Amino acid sequence: MVNSFGSGGDGRRSAAIALLSTAVFFILVAVAITHAPGWPEVRRTFFNWGEFKATFPEIARAFLLNVKIFCIAEVLILVFALFLAVLRSLQGPVFFPLRALAVVYTDLFRGIPTILVIAMLALGAPALGLSYVPTSVVFWGIVSLVLVYSAYVSEVYRAGIESIHPSQQAAARSLGLSHRQTLRRVILPQAVRRVIPPLLNDFIGLQKDTALVGTLGAIEAFQQASIDTNATFNYTAYLSAAVLFVAITIPLARFTDWLVARDRRRRDAGAVV
Amino acid sequence: MTALAVEGVTKSFGKHVVLRSIDLAVEEHEVVALIGASGSGKSTLLRCINLLERIDEGRIFLADREITGARDVNAVRRQIGIVFQSFNLFPHMNVMRNVTLAPRDVLGLSKAEAEARATELLERFGLADKRLEYPDRLSGGQQQRVAIVRALAMRPELMLLDEVTSALDPELVAEVLQVIGELAQGGMTMVLATHEMSFARDIANRVCFLDEGRILEAGTPEEIFTSPKEPRTQQFLERIIKARRL
Repeated sequence: MVNSFGSGGDGRRSAAIALLSTAVFFILVAVAITHAPGWPEVRRTFFNWGEFKATFPEIARAFLLNVKIFCIAEVLILVFALFLAVLRSLQGPVFFPLRALAVVYTDLFRGIPTILVIAMLALGAPALGLSYVPTSVVFWGIVSLVLVYSAYVSEVYRAGIESIHPSQQAAARSLGLSHRQTLRRVILPQAVRRVIPPLLNDFIGLQKDTALVGTLGAIEAFQQASIDTNATFNYTAYLSAAVLFVAITIPLARFTDWLVARDRRRRDAGAVV
Repeated sequence: MTALAVEGVTKSFGKHVVLRSIDLAVEEHEVVALIGASGSGKSTLLRCINLLERIDEGRIFLADREITGARDVNAVRRQIGIVFQSFNLFPHMNVMRNVTLAPRDVLGLSKAEAEARATELLERFGLADKRLEYPDRLSGGQQQRVAIVRALAMRPELMLLDEVTSALDPELVAEVLQVIGELAQGGMTMVLATHEMSFARDIANRVCFLDEGRILEAGTPEEIFTSPKEPRTQQFLERIIKARRL
């Protein structure tokens, strides 16, 4: 019997070599880092337990702003992106201008770096000096995130809509349902279900990009960490912020993987036609 | 009284002519079977009658009302039920919801009314215990029976059946044919495209043989299956007999 690791004694030998080389590799990396001339300094400024304990509560409080930005933006993105996707799926020559508008929009906002959109809106819009335009950086930060992420998310929705077989449309229309009823009752519910994993993937990105709003002065986790860092010349505060981000993005990432795996199992079982 | 009249209907997809001046009149309570090779235009004709395809020429009447170019296609489709080869149930809805969707959203029935109507039909066709199942938990035969019930729940004047047994495993064909037989006995007006020749012979009042978009020959099952006049009809039936499908 042949297997890819060789057989009998060879297999055990391969495993031993793999184990040994991994151990040697990590020991070498650890030795290289801890024997670097700057290591004691890095350990003091980046991995300082005392600093971590001191800064964490404050940064955690600031992180609530990230969570708030994320939650508000997410709801608005889900709605606005769906609107864009439906706009783009309209058929018939009458709707050409609307379709074109949706295409230009998605191209534009997928093309501009998010940080530029935030900078332009948060600095530019209040500069108009209109009394009814909010000047809050958080407000414009949320608007920017909604504009940018809706461009991505509408493409995800659109892929979902196009993945629904035309026979579903025919079945619904043949029962007398209007185009609108067909979209609402038959096409969209199936399309949305299909794109939940890629949607969650985009939202992992959104969770992290809430830190961009801090670059313009909103006191969220990243900005709070910067303030602490500037005060103490100790960078452990950044580690505190990183821990907080990871604490919410990793569960979401694992949940997304679980959903994808479940969908694959269902498809393999030949469940949904 | 005439339930459906098709007059000089022509349909092309690009340069490919699929239907060439089709004339067909179906009386109330009549069952008409369309037979013919794949690509002869049977399915397209059914889709045209249901306004799922736009015709190039000709006129179509439902009872005595012209439906060609009808302004309200949804109103027309409410009166015509169609069942497809591939069932096309809505996979995200259970059986009950599949059957009650159109009666509620299109006819405006209340939930209770629509469910009462659905329950009666599901019981009649032996599907009552499946009403809360999702389509992926049903066999092909059960799915197709649900699709028939879904169409019937709209109380259509006319049923169109498009090769409804072609996608089924052989052992599941009988249960679907039995349902259609029951409908015919109940006086439902039906036009069915089918490859099941012996079924067509048993159930149809009239058989139309389609060839390259024309109704080449029409008559009673007896006439078509035992003494076809057209050479093309004879050839087609010989091939069917050789394949032991008749």
